[in-house]
Amino acid sequence: MRITQGTFSFLPDLTDDQIRAQIEYSLAQGWALSVEYTDDPHPRNTYWEMFGMPMFDLRDAAGVMAEIASARATFPDHYIKVNAFDSTHGVESLRLSFIVNRPEREPGFALVREEAAGRSIRYTVRSYAVDRPEGERYG
Amino acid sequence: MTTVPAKDDQEDIEATGGSGIADDPSEISLDPGAVLADSGVEELLATLDAELVGLAPVKTRIREIAALLLVEKLRAQVGLSAGPPSLHMSFTGNPGTGKTTIAMRMAEILHRLGYVRKGHVVAVTRDDLVGQYIGHTAPKTREVLKKAMGGVLFIDEAYYLYRPENERDYGQESIEILLQVMENQRDDLVVILAGYHDRMDRFFESNPGIRSRIAHHIDFPDYTLDELLAIARLMLDQMHYRLSVEAEAALVEYIELRRSQPSFANARSIRNALDRARLRQANRLVARRGQELTREELMTIEAQDIRASRVFGEEVQEPEAAVDDSAVRPS
Repeated sequence: MRITQGTFSFLPDLTDDQIRAQIEYSLAQGWALSVEYTDDPHPRNTYWEMFGMPMFDLRDAAGVMAEIASARATFPDHYIKVNAFDSTHGVESLRLSFIVNRPEREPGFALVREEAAGRSIRYTVRSYAVDRPEGERYG
Repeated sequence: MTTVPAKDDQEDIEATGGSGIADDPSEISLDPGAVLADSGVEELLATLDAELVGLAPVKTRIREIAALLLVEKLRAQVGLSAGPPSLHMSFTGNPGTGKTTIAMRMAEILHRLGYVRKGHVVAVTRDDLVGQYIGHTAPKTREVLKKAMGGVLFIDEAYYLYRPENERDYGQESIEILLQVMENQRDDLVVILAGYHDRMDRFFESNPGIRSRIAHHIDFPDYTLDELLAIARLMLDQMHYRLSVEAEAALVEYIELRRSQPSFANARSIRNALDRARLRQANRLVARRGQELTREELMTIEAQDIRASRVFGEEVQEPEAAVDDSAVRPS
């Protein structure tokens, strides 16, 4: 099942040129970019691992593209996303975040039912991928 | 580290967009003049000639590079691509000969010609590239390189990167990353190394990899007496001062004397001398309390302001060097 997190996730995967254009746009807005990765695709997993430091004061997308390339080489079977952070006073949060790499096969989620007090049932989802330990989940 | 943004950023993005390869093949113009006018490089080269005194070999090389990029642009329009030329450069010369100034101009020229995408300059020294402990250098160097992409990375006093006396110095690691990026991401950034002639030569001797990856070795000659005088006039003009006739003669004498002294830093020494002359002029004017000053008086530097310099004294070697200590270190 295809994970749909972040901007553009209902579109076909962005090509490198499209990614570059988005990064150029973000830089033109004065946002700082960062690259993050994870192999836990749960929708509530918002804090992914940082791949290197956030990149401030960049002028050109080439630097970020190099970082994405190196993230893809290191974690070919992980989810990798690019975040654009707006430091404007009063905003100070992500403006744009989109996935630039995903595993070959995404197994999707199981519905987990939990018996709660009384006869009520609580539901949650659990990714099939997380049955295996971190780092061995895909590929 | 300092980053100098490209001038008229927004306007230029449109300009380069417009001067790209024509969509309609019938519109392709192979007239170098038209492309030159289109890129606005001509006026940039003209201001270069007007604002920078002397430096003939440097200007010639800049013109050659501009011409090469122009022809490369024309060739690309008819499908004769030879790949982007390597434009990494090394600027060697004595202190105060204009290396940094030219590097800033170079970024603008390369930007106008569409060789670099953004045209900003990131000026760094060893401290910005080399880390303090194991594992610190590589991320630090990469970060600087990423900031410089799309523009020019200007490494001042590049020879400090390599310290032969310490074989575990982290500078070597920085040089290796630099080399890798200079080779593989040639169209993303232009690296300019700058430094004093003899030390740069030694640096290149011990790092043949760098020497061979730099296509343009540009040597900045020392200024002649006339050129230094012209620079002084230009500087005063920009600061809205002028020299009286006697002061001009005093300045000529001053420059002659100062040139023979140690730690003479060409244009930078002239700037320092003028700054001190301004101090003395201000002091002289303030001392004349109770009188109305004219505009003329506020503008004019008199001979006595210059002759008060210690350079005209008898024993001047050491104290002058101390006052002018900025001359020892390039900015």
